Amino acid sequence: MPTMNMIQALNSALDVMLTKDPNVLTFGEDVGYFGGVFRVTDGLQKKHGLTRCFDTPIGEGGIVATAIGMGAYGLRPVVEIQFADYIYPAYDQIVSEAARLRYRSAGDFTAPLVIRTPYGGGIFGGQTHSQSPEALFTHVAGLKTVIPSTPYDAKGLLISAIEDDDPVLFLEPKRIYNGPFDGYHDRPVSPWSKHKASDVPEGHYTVPLGKAAVVREGSDVTVLAYGTMVHVALASVADSGLDGEVIDLRTLVPLDIETIVNSVKKTGRCVIVHEATHTSGFGAELSATVQENCFHNLESPIERVTGWDTPYPHAFEWQYFPGPGRVIEALKRAMEG
Amino acid sequence: MKNRARLSLRVPAPPTRPGDVPDFSGVKLSGAGEVERPDIDASPRDMSDLAFKLIRVLDDKGQALGAWNPKLDPETLRRALRHMLLTRAYDDRMYRAQRQGKTSFYMKCTGEEAVAIAAAYAMDRDDMCFPSYRQQGLLIARGYPLVQMMNQVYSNARDPLKGRQLPIMYSSKEHGFFTISGNLGTQFPQAVGWAMASAYKGDDRIAASWVGDGTTAEGDFHHACNFASVYRAPVILNVVNNQWAISSFAGIAGGNESTFASRGIGYGLPALRVDGNDFLAVYAVTQWAAERARSNLGATLIEHYTYRAEGHSTSDDPSRYRPSDDAKAWPLGDPIERLKVHLIAIGEWNEEQQQAAHAEAVEQVKVANKEAEAVGTLGHGELPSIKTMFEDVFKEMPEHLRRQRQQMGV
Repeated sequence: MPTMNMIQALNSALDVMLTKDPNVLTFGEDVGYFGGVFRVTDGLQKKHGLTRCFDTPIGEGGIVATAIGMGAYGLRPVVEIQFADYIYPAYDQIVSEAARLRYRSAGDFTAPLVIRTPYGGGIFGGQTHSQSPEALFTHVAGLKTVIPSTPYDAKGLLISAIEDDDPVLFLEPKRIYNGPFDGYHDRPVSPWSKHKASDVPEGHYTVPLGKAAVVREGSDVTVLAYGTMVHVALASVADSGLDGEVIDLRTLVPLDIETIVNSVKKTGRCVIVHEATHTSGFGAELSATVQENCFHNLESPIERVTGWDTPYPHAFEWQYFPGPGRVIEALKRAMEG
Repeated sequence: MKNRARLSLRVPAPPTRPGDVPDFSGVKLSGAGEVERPDIDASPRDMSDLAFKLIRVLDDKGQALGAWNPKLDPETLRRALRHMLLTRAYDDRMYRAQRQGKTSFYMKCTGEEAVAIAAAYAMDRDDMCFPSYRQQGLLIARGYPLVQMMNQVYSNARDPLKGRQLPIMYSSKEHGFFTISGNLGTQFPQAVGWAMASAYKGDDRIAASWVGDGTTAEGDFHHACNFASVYRAPVILNVVNNQWAISSFAGIAGGNESTFASRGIGYGLPALRVDGNDFLAVYAVTQWAAERARSNLGATLIEHYTYRAEGHSTSDDPSRYRPSDDAKAWPLGDPIERLKVHLIAIGEWNEEQQQAAHAEAVEQVKVANKEAEAVGTLGHGELPSIKTMFEDVFKEMPEHLRRQRQQMGV
C-alpha cells in the first residue's frame, strides 16, 4: 500500500471520484493548471480535462454560488476555498443558501456540494492564513462539517463527503498537509511512513461521516480533539504518564455522541482541545453535550484547552497554539479535580 | 434531447505556458501621446472610449508626448526615479532575507514601482491610501523609514505592529497608509467610505485605493464602484492589472471579455486605462482623477496596465505556469528603465548617475537592514513583548482576556 501525505491522499480521493463519476468536478482559485497553492489538485486538470478541474475568478461567493447551481442541476461539485480565512465572502451563500436549499424547498432542490478549505495555524501565516472557523459553520443547521487528522481518513472522508447528498464543509488541517506533526513544533517528527494512517489504498474506499475514532484507548481521562490537535492530544497523553483515551471526532456535525459518551462514562474525566478561539468555540458544544449525557459520571470539571481569544499573532504563533504544555496541565487538573 | 447543437463549457486559457515562447501579440497598445485628455468635468458617458484605449506619454525613445504629458520638472523626475530604485532595492533585500530564513514571507512589486510611486507624487501628502499588498512604494515615497518597514517584516521588538501581522502588511496613519488586510479587496469600499466621510465633513482630502485584476472578481470591488458612483465620493479607484492572480491569467478574472477599466462604465464612473509602466502617464491620470475628485465631481476608476515581473510572493514559483522569460518580453518594458531613458533623452541624466543612484539605494537599504537585523529577525533576537498579544483586541482588556493572559503566565 502506498504511503501518502495528506495532500496526496486528498488528491487521490478527487482523482478516484473524477474517474468514477462524471458528475464530479472541482474548481477554485489556482486549482486548475497550477494544481492549487497547496497542490491538492495537482495533475487533475491534465488527467481529467479543462472542464472538470479549473481555475475560477477570485470570488468566493461566486465559487460557492455556482457550485450550488451546479448541485441543483445534479452535479457533485467540489470547490476549494484557498484558505478558510477567505471563506467569509461566501458565508451568505453557505449559510443562507447551500445549507437550507433542501429544507426551504421541501426536498425539491438540493445542493450536494463539498467545500474544501485548509484551516489552522502552525505555518507562520499570520491572522489571515491561520484561522480555525469551524464553529461559525457547526452553528448552521443543514451543513455537515468534517475535519480529518490523517491521510487515510482524509481520503476516505472526502470520498464520503462527495458521495453525501448534503452540503459538506471539509476543513483540512494545513499544518499536517505535507509532513506529520507529533504535537511539538520544536521537536523532530517521525515521517509519514512511520504513521500507520499514511498507508492509503489507491482505489475507492470510504470513512463514514458522523463516526468518531478512538485513536488511543485508555481509562484515566477522555481527550476530545480533531484535526491537528489530535496529534497534540496523543503527544500530551504520552508525556503525561496518564492512561488517556483520545477520541478523534472526524465529523463535528453530525457529532458521534455515542462514542464520546461511552468514553466519558468509562473515564469520568474529560479534556477538550481545539485550536480555535475559546469563546463560543466548538468546545463549548462538546462540553455541554458531555455534561448533558454524563453529569453523574463526571469526577471533575470538564477542561477546555483552546486558542486564546485574540487574532492569530504572527510572531507568537506557538504561544497562541494550544500545545502539549497546556494540554498536559489540563490533564493533570482533570485528574486532581 | 431535441435535435439541437450541444452546449459546451468554456474555460479560458492563456496563450502561453511553461516551455512556450512568450506571446503578447494579443496586447493592443495605443501610441504614446495618441489618446485625448478630456476636461476634468467631462461626462463619463462622453469619455467611455478611454476605457478601451491606453493612455501613454513616453514613447520607445523616451520622449514625452501628447496632452497627458504632466510636464514635471527634471528634479521631481530624478527624485521619483530614486524612489523607484529604492523600492526595488528594498524588495530585493527583503526577498533575500526571506530566503535566508529571517522572515516567513515577502512580496515584491518588481515592474510595478511606477504605479505606487507616481500616485504618491500626484496626490497630496494628506490624501489617504487604502493599498493592497503591492504598494510599498507609497510608504517609501512618503518617507516612511525603511528600517520601520524592515522591523515589521522581521516581527522584531521594534515592529510597530507588535509582531501581529504577516510581513508587508504595514500600517501607518501618519503616512496616510491604511492597515493592509490579507483578505482581498476589502479596502476598496472602505476607501469609498473614507472619501464619503471627507465629503460629509466638508474636508478637502481625497482617498485612493488599489486592487489587482484578480480582485475585481470579488463583490467588494463592485460595492466600491457602486457606492462611489451613487455618493460621488472623492476617491480614486485603481485596478492594477499585472496580468496574473497567483497562477491565474487575467482572462480568468474576466479580462478577455472586456477591459477592467470598462467595469466603471456601467457604474457611471469615468474610466481611464493607463500604461502602468509609464511613470508620467500614471502621474497624469492620477492627477486628473485627483483634481476631479477635489472639484467635488466624484470618483474615477483607473486600470493600470502592467506586468507582475516576479512571483506573487515568496510562496510562489511562476515558472510552473508561465514562460520563464515572460516578463522580459512584456511590450511595455520596465518602469525604471523607461523613466531613466526619458531623463537621459531630455539631457537631465546619464548612465553614470543612474549607476550611482542605484548603488546609493542599495547602500541605504543595507544600512537600514543592518539596524533592523541588530534588533531581531523572526524568532531571533529581541521580540515584541508577549504581553502585547492580548492588547488591542478591545480598547479595554475584558476580564476573560486578562484571565487568559494570566493562564499563559505572562
